[in-house]
Amino acid sequence: MTTVFRNARLLDPASGLDAPGGVLVEGKRIAAAGAGLFADAAGLPEGVAVVDCQGACLAPGLVDLRARIGEPGEEHKETIETASIAAAAGGVTALAMLPTTQPPVDSVHGLEFVARRARTAQRTKIFPYACLTRGAAGEQITEMGLLAESGAIAFTDGNHAVADSLVMLRALSYATAFDLLICQHPEDPRLAAAGVMNEGEVSTRLGLPGIPREAEAILIERDLRLVARTGARYHIAHVSTADAVALVRRAKADGLKVTCDTSPPYFALTEMDVTDYRTFAKLSPPLRNEMDRRAIVDGLADGTIDAIASDHDPQDTDSKRQPFASAAIGGAGLETLLPVALDLYHNGHLSLLDVIGRMTAAPARILRLELGTLAPGAPADLIVFDPDRPWRIDADTLVGKSRNSPFDRRLTSGKVLRTVVDGRTVHLAESP
Amino acid sequence: MDTTTGFPHRHLLGIEGLSPADITWLLDRADGYVDQNRRRDKRTALLRGRTVMNLFFEASTRTSASFELAAKRLGADTINMPVAASSVKKGESLIDTATTLNAMHPDALIIRHPDAGAAHLLSQKVQAHVINAGDGAHEHPTQALLDALTLRRRLGRIAELDVAICGDVAHSRVARSNILLLQAMGAYVRVVAPPTLLPAAIERMGVEVFHDMKAGIAGADVVMILRLQLERMHGSFVPSTREYFHFFGLHDVALAAAKSDVVIMHPGPMNRGTEIDSGIADDTNRSVILDQVELGVAVRMAVLDALLGETELEMEAAP
Repeated sequence: MTTVFRNARLLDPASGLDAPGGVLVEGKRIAAAGAGLFADAAGLPEGVAVVDCQGACLAPGLVDLRARIGEPGEEHKETIETASIAAAAGGVTALAMLPTTQPPVDSVHGLEFVARRARTAQRTKIFPYACLTRGAAGEQITEMGLLAESGAIAFTDGNHAVADSLVMLRALSYATAFDLLICQHPEDPRLAAAGVMNEGEVSTRLGLPGIPREAEAILIERDLRLVARTGARYHIAHVSTADAVALVRRAKADGLKVTCDTSPPYFALTEMDVTDYRTFAKLSPPLRNEMDRRAIVDGLADGTIDAIASDHDPQDTDSKRQPFASAAIGGAGLETLLPVALDLYHNGHLSLLDVIGRMTAAPARILRLELGTLAPGAPADLIVFDPDRPWRIDADTLVGKSRNSPFDRRLTSGKVLRTVVDGRTVHLAESP
Repeated sequence: MDTTTGFPHRHLLGIEGLSPADITWLLDRADGYVDQNRRRDKRTALLRGRTVMNLFFEASTRTSASFELAAKRLGADTINMPVAASSVKKGESLIDTATTLNAMHPDALIIRHPDAGAAHLLSQKVQAHVINAGDGAHEHPTQALLDALTLRRRLGRIAELDVAICGDVAHSRVARSNILLLQAMGAYVRVVAPPTLLPAAIERMGVEVFHDMKAGIAGADVVMILRLQLERMHGSFVPSTREYFHFFGLHDVALAAAKSDVVIMHPGPMNRGTEIDSGIADDTNRSVILDQVELGVAVRMAVLDALLGETELEMEAAP
């Protein structure tokens, strides 16, 4: 089966291409892509399906560095199937799935189960992480070599930081034998233990226990020293503070093999969104202040922050409708990833190509996936989107199983019109 | 809505959001109830036929008794629901209980809960008027109102008073409500505590911060001592109660630094010998601690009156 996508604004961050053009898809792969391709509708080969993009943007499908899925163990919040529907609606054609399920993915048979289930997802490609330590308890490292052989894309304890410095040193050191990627949740668990939101004037006024901002920088500083010693591949998940951005910027200048990401809440929201005890804005790390938010934007603009991940974390209504301190942590993020990230473009902080690059070429490079590119021969994972179509996010109309969006009622610009995985259209937006 | 009389709020969730006029209205109304409470027949029929539920997810003796008396003296039917936080998983029971109780058509729900924001959450789920009797470390508005009434009756005013709030401000809803109310009414507020018992950025609430008890209370008109909430101490906030009393307790040595006519307050229950010397607490020339308890009933009557009394009809007539 051959499909032609024409009359599009091609965005291919991997090659720096941003020009009118088209893409030729043969079977599951891209056969050709380029500026001016199929500009003339008359010259199309015969017997091919034609998608006229009507001037909309055509880019590689989004590669999500981090999403939590409720399966196994919390299927009432999200299953692999419902997550793939949400992913397709959000233009996410590949996602790395956190191992902090119930039970956690910390063994070869657990990984094989998840990988088998993931292959049933029709609408997105799911790559499982494995736990860095058994049970994500931070004490004993997992069988990292065997897990990698079985398909673990990288190693992380999800939203649990490895607190023990010796365990982290050994994990980083051991990982170098197999050239594995380790992904850390940067938060000193003891400093953060009692807190439920960012510490500061807002937490004081709300009477909520705060998480000091230093919790993030302290763990990153420690890890960077261990990375310098071991030379391990190290990735920092969801940086949220100005201090963290400064640390990563310096580490990169020093030549360390460190990458990091953030997620839309940290450049689009602040702790002020928690006032009125809004539990949908209870996230980990917590929403920070305006100074931090600006530093995250700057870090994205200058490339210190490599990627933008959805940080998708589905929670059902019952676990969110609680007093703030007791409410579950996390926000649904797959469907809102692109439109909220496009704020960075609309506000003039990043070019459109760079915003897309943070969600395609960059995460693919970090995870070493042959995705996130329009290069001939690459899998035909594509999105067609209109960066200017207004969309008022309405949690009640999200298609995922849990609708705990911290962006409920936010007015955004940008909508995914079509999502294509391996040449197959898996999502088609209704006409406006 | 009629703005010349009454109280333009559906719930009392905190001092935040109340105007000086609202506060004055409540204090004026409470003054009248002080007299009623000293009469032989203390009961009126203002709230006859109304149902007031006490919903306490935290142990409390004086506040729940004070609210119950206040409702009874206004003629309402009252029921106490001592919901032990330990017996049910926090939060789940709050929503479940709220939904259940709502079906019984209470007119007012008085809630105390260990989590900040619990009263806000409840107010979104029920038709009844919600009165916050303390939510976590957030607010305890009726305590601040009764403290204000005590001061106004004793010193004739609140504006421009110099008030030192001493002790465990970090875990204290009483401190937050008092800071908000006293500042709204034009008082000057300082806080005196070791840094470990002060919440982050407390100076952003417009208070002056002291870590030295003598300096902190010198020149103050009022010294408000907070309970050292030992049950909330998850870490080592202070090394020992002995050291705490020595440096931050109100004893004769510290008190020598204060004005001779300083007014001493404590929201209770007191840890004698931990945050306040027993003799000072019982010195009725300076301590108004029992006045606070007495006026607490009057203030809670005023709050019930404000939310459930005659003004409610006007509120409900508004679109």
